[in-house]
Formats: sequence, C-alpha cells, structure tokens
Amino acid sequence: MESQRKNYGKALVELGRTRKDVVVLDADLSGSTRTAEFGKTFPDRFFNCGIAEQNMMGTAAGLAVGGMTVFASTFAVFATGRAYDQVRQSIAYPDLDVKIVASHAGITVGGDGASHQTMEDIALMNAIPNMTVIVPADGPETYRAVLAVAEARGPAYIRMGRSDVPIITSKDDVFSIGKASTLREGNDVALVGVGQMVAPCLLAAEGLKAKGINARVINLSTIKPLDVETLEKAARDCGCVVTAEEHNIVSGVGTMVAAALAERYPTPMERVAMQDVFGQSGESDELMREYGLSEKEVIAAAIKVTERRK
Amino acid sequence: MRRHVIEMVHAAGSGHPGGSLSSADIVTALFFEVMEHSPELESSQDRDHFILSKGHAAPVYYAALAESGYFPVEELITLRQLHSRLQGHPSRVKTPGVEMSTGSLGQGLSVANGLALALRSQGLGRTVYCLCGDGEMAEGQVWEAAMFASHYHLDNVIAIVDRNGLQIDGRTEDVMALEPLGDKWRAFGWNVLFMDGNDMWQVLETLEEARRHKGSPTVIIARTVKGKGVSFMENNVGFHGKAPNDKEYEQAMRELGGSA
Repeated sequence: MESQRKNYGKALVELGRTRKDVVVLDADLSGSTRTAEFGKTFPDRFFNCGIAEQNMMGTAAGLAVGGMTVFASTFAVFATGRAYDQVRQSIAYPDLDVKIVASHAGITVGGDGASHQTMEDIALMNAIPNMTVIVPADGPETYRAVLAVAEARGPAYIRMGRSDVPIITSKDDVFSIGKASTLREGNDVALVGVGQMVAPCLLAAEGLKAKGINARVINLSTIKPLDVETLEKAARDCGCVVTAEEHNIVSGVGTMVAAALAERYPTPMERVAMQDVFGQSGESDELMREYGLSEKEVIAAAIKVTERRK
Repeated sequence: MRRHVIEMVHAAGSGHPGGSLSSADIVTALFFEVMEHSPELESSQDRDHFILSKGHAAPVYYAALAESGYFPVEELITLRQLHSRLQGHPSRVKTPGVEMSTGSLGQGLSVANGLALALRSQGLGRTVYCLCGDGEMAEGQVWEAAMFASHYHLDNVIAIVDRNGLQIDGRTEDVMALEPLGDKWRAFGWNVLFMDGNDMWQVLETLEEARRHKGSPTVIIARTVKGKGVSFMENNVGFHGKAPNDKEYEQAMRELGGSA
C-alpha cells in the first residue's frame, strides 16, 4: 500500500531540481496535499495562498502568463468546485500551463463526510475544453503522471485520493498521456477501472476466473483525451464492458466510455459508480462497501453483463 | 481612442461603450506614455504588463493595441463578428497583444499578482498594471487577491479602479455600496492614491507616483465619468452595455471631433 499524495510530493521535489521554471501553489493544505516538501526545499518557488482557492487559481494563471509551469494543489472538492469558474476562465480558456493536482477526491476521504467528498470533479474538469484529465491508479503511477504533465504544455487536472492504495503498476511502466494500459488479458469481459477502482477490478478478475470468466482489466488513467482505440478493441475482443469509478454515475467515466463505444462499437455495459447520492462519514473501506464500490459489485456487474454479451 | 470605441461598438451593434469611455484616458496614458511595451517585445517578459480585469472594456483595450501596432487599425470594426480576432471580451489565445483572457469579473487582479511574482522571481523590475471596474469590487476574489498582494509585498502591482460609480443595475452605492473604498484597500495593506481619471495630467502624475512607491502594492482609485466625452452617454447607465444607433453614432462622433 502506498499514498498517491506522497508520490506527488516526491515528484514535485524532483521537478524542482530539474526545472527552475516550476512553481507550486497551495491553499493551506500543503501538509495534506504534500506540496510542503517542495515548499521546504524551494521556498522561493512555493506560495501558500491561504484558504482562497479562487485566488490561487488566478495567481497560478498569472504565473503561467509570466512563463512558469505551475502546480496548484488543494482538495479536489475545492479545486474543481469552489474554483470552477477560475479554472475555466483564467486557466483553460487562455490555455495556460497550470497543472491542478488535487487530493482527497471521492468518498475515500472518509470521516470528513459529504462536504469534502467530491464525486463530480471528473465530470466538471472533463467538460472544459483544453483540459487534460488524469486519474492515476496508484502511487508510482501518480509520480509518473506528474512528471508527464510537467513535460506536456497546457492545463491538466490530476485526481488523487486520500487513502493508501495497493501498488498495481510497475515502476518500469512509462506513463503516456491519453494511453490506457491493459493490466490483465482476457476475452470474456473487459473491466475498465479508474483510479482507486483499478485494484478492485484486478481482484474481481481473480474472482471471475474461479467462475470460468476470463476478464481483461484496463487501467483507464487518462480520462481526457480518452483512449478510444483501446476501449474499442476491448469491446470487440470481449463483447461486453464494465466500468468502475469512485465518482458519480451521472457524467462519470462510465458515461464517457458508453458514449465512445456507442459511436464506434455499441456494446453491452454495466457501470459501477456512486449512484447519484451524496456520501457520509465513515472509514474509507466501509464507505466503498456501503456505496457499492468494491470487487463484489464489479464481479456482479461482470456476471450480469456477460449474460447480455454479443 | 474614444472615436475608435464608438465606431467599433456601433459597427458591432453591441458592446460596452460606457466603461471604455470612462477609462479611455487611463488606457491611453498607460499604452502611449507609461508602459514600456511593443509588438516586438510581446514574447519577452522584460517589459511592462497590462491586465484588463474589467474585460467588458475590451473596445478601448483593442483601440490601444491597434494604435500600438499589435494588429491593423482597420481590424477594429470587426469587433464581435464571427471569426474576428476581436472577441466581445479579451482573449489571450485570439488577439495579438492581449495578455490575459478576462470577462468573468473579479479575476484579473489575481492574475496580475501571479504575473508580478513571476517577474520578481526572474529578477525583472517590471510593473503589472491591472485595470479594474468599480462594480467588480463586489466580487470576493478581488479581496482574496488584495490580501495576497500585500502579504507578498507585490510593489510591482498597480491596480487602477475605474470609479465611474455606475454598474448595470444602477449606481454602485445603490446596488452594492463600496464606500469607503479607499479605507477598505488601506485596511488590506495597500498604498492608496486617488486621481481624476479623466484628467490626463493627473493620470500621468499619479501613475508615476504609484510606480515610485516601494514595499507594498498600490491601488489608484480613479474618479471617472461613465460614457465620458459623449454628452448623452455621460453618467447614463443605459450605455453600460448598449451600442448607439445610427443617429446617436453620428452625434457621438461629432462631439468627439470626428466625422461619422
């Protein structure tokens, strides 16, 4: 198990060493988002904005106008919700080099409750032109994704969770923006996981194997641009698809996958996601079970969808 | 400059003449006397910078950019037309010389602060001028930015508030009272100056005084007349966001010493 945030902090320090034009902003959550380490190492290039997310996004935009590559961090609910208009108007529309790396996304925030558990952030960021949207599956992939967005010009959103997650990617993997990775081969059903739901998809694939169902598992770490080729191939090879995400079912990743497949290769689908309800306080794993976001639901969805298979 | 504004808004059939006319003297002073800038320097950070936080004053901004050589003056009348480079509100990705896309009010000062930080970190002693509307002082982000600029001692930021006293729904003091506006900025740690924003000598002198001030950011509260220079537009909230008709256009151009 490893923290995505810790890897973000590590990647930032690495970037700070190699790139003098990298600056980091935070909104009084630098200990939680792990930008604090960069702040300690490069105090001249770290600016705490206080609890003022809207101003932070605008300041990030201004730094980018001034030629810097800017990382701006806070909790995902504030980065994408509180400061939505600033992200849209001051970062995405002028196409500026600002990377919004937000932590504590989804219900795994836990005890803080629904006020802090965003399940709309992917939908919000995905709907903005020019924005790249990335949801890494584990710590090492977070590290690679951060370095990758720093190299690519333009606005990007990276979503991280609060809790530690199992390591499922290999450190030799290369992160390529817009490319999904296939973690397990199989031709009976494609399990398309996003972020913290990739690990449950892998467990579900094991469970399905015992039932004679051979599942392919795809880590869909870039939501935008969507890797439609990999998705279409999975649909053609497997004949049915399950998506799994720690996000609202409305305008979530499942919706985007369904839309892409509807145009290219209509395929029976099931979507495992938050069922358009707000979360509540609780432990991360309790909440994932409570809202149907565990391998159990992925297995059930896979069995159901294979019955409708082409 | 004012004639350009009237011609553009009349040709477009929509737009915001009032706030462009009130700030025309300030924009003219900045672009043609105070700021060091040119189309050749556009890709360099080593020059002075301008952010139009009150993005609806785009016509006067475009007039200044065209007269400074960023694009042909003839292009001004394409304002708001399909495929024109001159959008209804400034766009960094469409218009040469425009540094920042604005239009959603209250966001420009944050951007000016970020830019000022970038200049400071590159060791460039350049100034960022940020022209704000008075109505947009109601946006909370303005005060977040005000706090930030004084916390980080951004003395290379000069904010200018076009205090024409009117916003879409009426007088600022009726819609959402701003006074005592200078005290508010002072309480946020800013050096506060006042000027008559339609008196060119005062504008030049005050901008120079602001540039000399060190240690904290400066805000200049510029008393202006909305619609300044066109009798029937002056202090007339009706011309905040309305184009003149043909007859009004002819009269406005005559009053501004030009021909329609």
